[in-house]
Amino acid sequence: MTRALLARFYTLAGILAAAGAVETTGGITGVAMAGANDDVLDIASPLEISGLDPAKSGYLFSRMQVAETLFTVNRESQIVPMLAKDSRASDDGLRWEISLRDDVTFHDGTPMTAEIVAADLNRAFERPGVLRQAPITGISASGNDIVITLSEPFAMLPAFLAHYSTIILAPGSFDDAGEVQTIIGTGAYRVDAVVPPLRIELSAFDKWWNGRAQIEKVSYLAVSRGETRAMMAQSGDADLVLSLLPVAVTQLKGNPDVNVTVATVPRTRLLKLNLAQPFFDETVERQALSLAINRKAIAGVVMRNTDLAASQMFPPEIRDWYDANMPVLDFDPQKARELLADAGWVAGSDGILEKDGKRFDVTVRTYASWPDLPLIATALQSQLRDVGIGLEISVGSYTEIPAGHADGTLEAALVTRSFSMVPDPLATVMEDYGPGGADWGAMNWHNAEAEDLIADLRKTTDGDARAQMQKKLADILQAELPTIPLVWSELAMASSARLENVRIDPYEQNYYLADLRWAQ
Amino acid sequence: MKGLIATRLMQLVAVILIVGTLSFALMYFLPGDPALRIAAGRYGPDMMDNAISDMVRAELGLDQPILVRFLSWMGDLVRFDLGHSLVTGAPVIHEIGLQLGYTLWLAVTAFVLSLVIGPVAGAIAGLFPGSVYDRVMLLVAVGLRAVPPFVLAILFMMVFGVTLRWLPTAGFGGWENLVLPSFTLALGLAAMSSRVMRDAMMGVASAPYFIHARYKGLSDRAVVMRHGVRNASLPVVTYLGLQMVYLVEGVVVVESIFAFPGIGHALVHAIIARDVPMVQGTALAMGGLFVLLNSVVDLMCLRLDPRLRRAA
Repeated sequence: MTRALLARFYTLAGILAAAGAVETTGGITGVAMAGANDDVLDIASPLEISGLDPAKSGYLFSRMQVAETLFTVNRESQIVPMLAKDSRASDDGLRWEISLRDDVTFHDGTPMTAEIVAADLNRAFERPGVLRQAPITGISASGNDIVITLSEPFAMLPAFLAHYSTIILAPGSFDDAGEVQTIIGTGAYRVDAVVPPLRIELSAFDKWWNGRAQIEKVSYLAVSRGETRAMMAQSGDADLVLSLLPVAVTQLKGNPDVNVTVATVPRTRLLKLNLAQPFFDETVERQALSLAINRKAIAGVVMRNTDLAASQMFPPEIRDWYDANMPVLDFDPQKARELLADAGWVAGSDGILEKDGKRFDVTVRTYASWPDLPLIATALQSQLRDVGIGLEISVGSYTEIPAGHADGTLEAALVTRSFSMVPDPLATVMEDYGPGGADWGAMNWHNAEAEDLIADLRKTTDGDARAQMQKKLADILQAELPTIPLVWSELAMASSARLENVRIDPYEQNYYLADLRWAQ
Repeated sequence: MKGLIATRLMQLVAVILIVGTLSFALMYFLPGDPALRIAAGRYGPDMMDNAISDMVRAELGLDQPILVRFLSWMGDLVRFDLGHSLVTGAPVIHEIGLQLGYTLWLAVTAFVLSLVIGPVAGAIAGLFPGSVYDRVMLLVAVGLRAVPPFVLAILFMMVFGVTLRWLPTAGFGGWENLVLPSFTLALGLAAMSSRVMRDAMMGVASAPYFIHARYKGLSDRAVVMRHGVRNASLPVVTYLGLQMVYLVEGVVVVESIFAFPGIGHALVHAIIARDVPMVQGTALAMGGLFVLLNSVVDLMCLRLDPRLRRAA
């Protein structure tokens, strides 16, 4: 009996092994077809689906043009209407009327109405998300318009309404308790299947208000490992691979089957400093710290591109904030030593600076979910040691940074900060460098001029006036250094040579899937 | 047999209670603010801040005393309700059902492959101890066991995915997606089971009953199949139970590198995000699975060895 059982077991195992052998010989074509050479657009990106709620994974559905927002950012980095037709603010700036496109249908056939949009926006306003930062007092529907009332003028409202947490979904997306059960949007692609946390399958929506996408089927796979994503690009298993590691960019550039597109994005690696600490309370100390950092070396070795050395907070691509005439953040360790000496720091017996019996020993918190951060921290440790600053690196969860900010125990943190969550960098700047600072921005920094500028910027709609104020604010941040910019970021994408019209959105709002087509 | 099943059932209940309580306590005593971790798991690093974590804390009642939260969870468990994930909001049972399904596919395929490769290779080596084949197999087994699954996975992807393009480098859904991850796991398993089988077979081959079978004129095939395999497979089957540990460890790494949505991947993410119901649910599922598989191993041993049956 047992032998018979074992025999049967081995027979089955043998069949499986044979099947495996067939896979690796006869089944080649079939498998390869299932990967890259079919007409399904395969996307690989590190972003996982952590739930269907717009505040959680809305960015995936908005980037893939499944669900859309009232406004968006265009290719010239301007905020323009998407599901909205136009918008008008009252003279006092306290009432906005946003009229909607007439020809918009959800994927389930329901026409988009002002009532549905108002309900979605109210839902977004009540839940965690950016709308809570806007001074909104009411959102309602009036005819084909959305009326938003404010407690104070707020120029950035359209930018906030371009944020993924405000995507417009059909009523059929929600259950009775108001939780999202399925994503029924208005975009170029409709959802066929979602397998959390890794896969989304889409097909082109016939009645998209902006035409019809050229590629019929899209399959999205979340691939957390950078090495795996690079190999998927090389093997042709993915037609579009996002967030390539710098090392993979170099590797893939020589591959004729793959095109690599790189864009500088509004994301800066910076040192967040607790200005209540005796190390950083004087501006000269922060300037000295900045002068001791060799940004070009860090950018060259870690980011593999010396152009990413942050000479100021914003890269040149962020035109409204970058100031070509601004004095750059230099590397001059000798001057750093002099400034520190002027601030009263003298070298102790082991070379570490001391002042009033306190050693210049600082713990910098950072996290490994961005793999380059611990490397940058190590480089900083070595560079700062040269001017007599001792740096201890603590690599943990990124949640320890807001926690340390809240309880005041944070001394310094190495973080990466995106200025494009709301596609107007002012939204992040306003939060991070406004009164009291913020979890990911300034800590114990007070500057009356900057606070006034931010208050004015909140309500200024005039473009020229805004640009001037923004540059002035950038100047203050550069001179005062409440946080020290280190390196800018690139977003690298690999695409199959068979794909045309590939473009990276530096604001990371859109993959432009509807524009893509297979080369003839 | 009935006694064995009853014992195992009692063990299962004990495992549920111990694993449940331990995972609750470990999650509670981990450093860091759970509300911040959950907010981070839900909304990502760029959106997460203290304001959002305060909303999460209020929504989930994380400021309630630990005893209240523990009793409430235990009460749910008694009613077979594992609760909802704190991150995705989906029922835990639903998430585990989905992810355990993928893991089982991967684990079972790897296990079957390892059974085809390991014991067969080991049995042949055991019949010819000291031969070139035996020595080569020793080298191969040591090599495969020493290489971490991570490295083996990358090698397979480079060779079969990128260079030869025979198999997809990553992903899930089709049978072809199972090949590379399951071979990555299977070779590590087979390396060990082949050594156990080799030693067992060598022992059996030098046993008097085996030699006697030869003397009485049975063919080589009959001797090996009738007297060799069954006797030598006892230690291998017992060892299979222990190999589950390697399998679970390997599954976590392999799932992550091949972008495979399994329970290992889910557990790691749940721990990082302090998603207590998911941690408890996955730990329970894994603990239960251990008890179940060990019971199967025991039953197989009983079937194989009449001495055990008599003792029972």
